[in-house]
Amino acid sequence: MFAKAITALAALCLLSGGALAQGGAKPTDPQIAHIAYTADQLDIEAAKQALEKSKNKDVRAFAEDMVRDHTAVNKQALDLVKKLKVTPENNDTSKALTKQAADKRAELAKLSGAAFDKAYITNEVAYHKTVNSALENTLIPSASNGELKNLLQTGLKIFQGHEQHAEHVASELK
Amino acid sequence: MTPGRAGLVAVALLGLWFVPAHAETIHVTIENLEFTPTEVTAKVGDVVVWDNKDFLAHTATATNNDWNVVISPKQAGKVELKKAGTFDYFCRFHPNMKARLVVTQ
Repeated sequence: MFAKAITALAALCLLSGGALAQGGAKPTDPQIAHIAYTADQLDIEAAKQALEKSKNKDVRAFAEDMVRDHTAVNKQALDLVKKLKVTPENNDTSKALTKQAADKRAELAKLSGAAFDKAYITNEVAYHKTVNSALENTLIPSASNGELKNLLQTGLKIFQGHEQHAEHVASELK
Repeated sequence: MTPGRAGLVAVALLGLWFVPAHAETIHVTIENLEFTPTEVTAKVGDVVVWDNKDFLAHTATATNNDWNVVISPKQAGKVELKKAGTFDYFCRFHPNMKARLVVTQ
């Protein structure tokens, strides 16, 4: 529980401070697009791991929802950057998120059964909380293009639903 | 009115007479992860159509499992109402999306 809180906190600081730390500048639209796309992609990968490992009906249904929604959001994001002729730009926040997710995947790979289910869902709650506060506090306010801002706002609404869904599944597992 | 015309009108009226409770189609919009309106009233025999304007797939699933409609992105899904009652329903993919359907005889 403590380690989890630390992880979530670290990621939050990263997201709210990481990209901003360099000269105190707000993340640019190409960076925001990259962060959003990366965050989506990482959750799809986490869900795919869950679909390989879990036998729990609720956990699998949740993971399927994550693959479906995050794939749909990413398709919208890709269509939008293409339309806006924006090239997503890799950045420290994206890199840190990717590294953190890889570490988490390796940690979860060692677990199985109920222990895996619990760890996966717990991490999903924390992950969505982190991403949602980054969207709310940093990415949405920083986005300068109106269409990008709209898509991020829709994303926030979707992911808040995921957070509640994950919390519900987590409470059922206990 | 010519006799022929009067006959036609009579036939038309007769036609109406034989379809007393003409079934209605009630539309519910799904947009930005919300059902609008959140509560609709219908009659047995009516059809409810959910128009999904989102780029996400949704479902309209009765909490009592009486019906479960999967609605693809930018598509519509429908259900014919066969039973009276108050049906709370939600989206299985986004359980925080909730609405209600009141079906009368």
